[in-house]
Amino acid sequence: MFDESLSRAIFGRLTFESFPIHEPILLVTFAGVVLGGIGVLAAITKYRLWGWLWREWFTSIDHKKIGIMYMILGVIMLLRGFSDAIMMRLQQAIAFGGSEGYLPPHHYDQVFTAHGTIMIFFVAIPLVVGIVNFVMPLQIGARDVAFPYLNNLSFWLTAAGAGLVMISLFVGEFSTAGWLNYVPVSNLQNSPGTGPDYYLWALQIAGIGTTLSGINMVATVIKMRAPGMTMMKMPIFVWTAFCSNILVVAIFPVLTAAFAMLMLDRYLGFNFFTNDLGGNPMMYWNLVWIWGHPEVYVLVLPAFGIYSEITSTFTGKRLFGYSSMVYATVVITILSWLVWLHHFFTMGSGASVNSFFGIATMIISIPTGAKIFNWLFTMYRGRIRFELPMQWVLAFMITFVVGGMTGVLLAVPPADFVLHNSLFLVAHFHNVIIGGVVFGLFAAIEYWWPKAFGFRLDPFWGKVNFWGWVIGYWVAWTPMYVAGLMGVTRRLQHIEDPSTQWLFVIAAIGVAIIAVGILGFLIQIGVSIKNRDKLRDTTGDPWGGRTLEWSTSSPPPAYNFAVTPVIHDLDAWYDMKERGAQRPTTGFKPIHMPRNTGTGVILSGLALALGFGMIWYMWWLAALSAVGLLVVAIVHTFNYNRDYFIPADEVTQNEDARTQLLAAGA
Amino acid sequence: MNDATHSHDDHGHGHDEAPHFTRRGYLIGFLLSVVLTAIPFWLVMTGALQNPAVTTILIIGFAVVQILVHTVCFLHVNTRAEGGWTLMAYVFTAVLVVIVLAGSLWIMYHLNSNMMPMPSAEMGAPS
Repeated sequence: MFDESLSRAIFGRLTFESFPIHEPILLVTFAGVVLGGIGVLAAITKYRLWGWLWREWFTSIDHKKIGIMYMILGVIMLLRGFSDAIMMRLQQAIAFGGSEGYLPPHHYDQVFTAHGTIMIFFVAIPLVVGIVNFVMPLQIGARDVAFPYLNNLSFWLTAAGAGLVMISLFVGEFSTAGWLNYVPVSNLQNSPGTGPDYYLWALQIAGIGTTLSGINMVATVIKMRAPGMTMMKMPIFVWTAFCSNILVVAIFPVLTAAFAMLMLDRYLGFNFFTNDLGGNPMMYWNLVWIWGHPEVYVLVLPAFGIYSEITSTFTGKRLFGYSSMVYATVVITILSWLVWLHHFFTMGSGASVNSFFGIATMIISIPTGAKIFNWLFTMYRGRIRFELPMQWVLAFMITFVVGGMTGVLLAVPPADFVLHNSLFLVAHFHNVIIGGVVFGLFAAIEYWWPKAFGFRLDPFWGKVNFWGWVIGYWVAWTPMYVAGLMGVTRRLQHIEDPSTQWLFVIAAIGVAIIAVGILGFLIQIGVSIKNRDKLRDTTGDPWGGRTLEWSTSSPPPAYNFAVTPVIHDLDAWYDMKERGAQRPTTGFKPIHMPRNTGTGVILSGLALALGFGMIWYMWWLAALSAVGLLVVAIVHTFNYNRDYFIPADEVTQNEDARTQLLAAGA
Repeated sequence: MNDATHSHDDHGHGHDEAPHFTRRGYLIGFLLSVVLTAIPFWLVMTGALQNPAVTTILIIGFAVVQILVHTVCFLHVNTRAEGGWTLMAYVFTAVLVVIVLAGSLWIMYHLNSNMMPMPSAEMGAPS
């Protein structure tokens, strides 16, 4: 049959052994995914949706559609990451004393690694980028982002990275080295398998996408604001998105460099992070955390912006202390660069280093605290409407403040020596990420959904989602704080001492409650789509909004604004409503728009093939894809057919239809 | 076409105040770069100072000046370009690079002196 060397030349190290046929859990999952996937593909084919998907979505360079695709990617990956969470909670609830649980250690290690990697890189980042993509250009009165094609490419590169992580589930294995792929576990001698390579290639490809997206958003905010919108008249969400993306541009090169060095270690026998020959594993920790700490703020700053917008809208008041909010955001942007060592106080630096970084960490809680007071003072004497987005804001404030306080506690180096790598730490960062980022994202989805699709989300299932998450969070993570304080460390597949088992059982109940919330979210979307006519909003401004995105129709036309708005005040749309400004109904001009392109999809497909080839040592595939990438990128530069005009007639028709709709609603 | 937002590619860059790309600026930059490269080269080749530590510091100094020359003469960073954004981005980047380099050196140096031979009396001593 196959000659051994021929098989190696074609398939690299991919053999029949690479498929997890002896692991029943994976086999069942695999079967489910294959059946589900075939079902979806068959349905798309049956209803002849491929052409529509390709033309209207995949190749679209409309920032709104790309934003929505980012959200879909994030939600799908959330389901994957959350399944990992359920598996871990179940394992830890039963693997006590004599019981080994149902996950063998090697599998369990992959589960917690995949959970962390997916939740940060393929859930939180896509969801945050998606919201920024959709909302920010609308809020600054722009027609699209600065580089529309780059935006499409960014999305598909992120999707390609997510694809590689998903492939690792069924072909080969994923890293076992923790969510940042720590050396020395991920060194070649300790992990000769494909796990760390899957990790590295997935994140390098997705990381390029995120970096490009960051550059794009920064350029958009600086260059494309509507006339009259000075920096200090930008909505607060735009400010936070701006600072967040500045951080992206600054930090991702550090991560890329660290990963590139680890790749050199693993592929070419370099010794950057090995234990001998002059390598230093701690340098890897140093580098990934230079990325890692600002990354926290990349995620949470836009969430702060979301809370600010919602608080101001649902209290019917201008945001309290707008300029202090801006300064707090900028200060956090810079301070976030001065605290990274607090992730490894116990590494062995002396007292002077540890106290510097400990104090810097405590200082960063001051601007964050200022923000909390700003939201409270915005609500003070406001006419608060307790609709779902506002409920998320309140849940956030209560939850996040606790997380912030345990964070300051962990910032004290002597306390950290006790709590480092304990479940207390794990509880802390879930507290701030769920309470800060996830709640914010759900608030944002609830708040901006009517803008994106023209109908509201069903409030009942929204409440199920809300209470499932809020109650579930507290039931799942409070016991983990306690267990961590009592000394249980993280990443344990099996726990010897049975006296803490009850805490893990409660945590497993908590994760079940969160599952109800997530289920509620999915049902909410289904029910809302089904009842979309009843939930329809024709005004374009269902919440009594204050910023520009509410001035256009829902969903906004491809060109966003028929006439570029002129800004006189912060809360531009509120200002227009107050002054009784009339929307222009005649005199439209042709609108210059960018044309769709499939290049982003093709390049990302090639990047995925390149990654797969490199992971499995299929050098021919890697070489072909690399050449392909280069050729396609160069050929694309000769494509001059990149723009078109929407004729004035079409704009007029579109706007007339809206005029009638508004008149009928009024 | 003021309201058309997608003036990328073929629309060029319609800046009001185009930076002055003069031949003189480039020549000055080139001459300075050559001199700033030649001196460190000469220092190392001839060993003129006979003191490696001083030589190293001098070379780093020349490298920093070299960076500034490139920034001003070739990258045309000044207070006016792009309404000051270029300069601000440059300063921001410089601050971050300094934080990252100085911080990493400090941390790794500390780690090194604390960890290598592990003499228990020295814990936390150097700074």
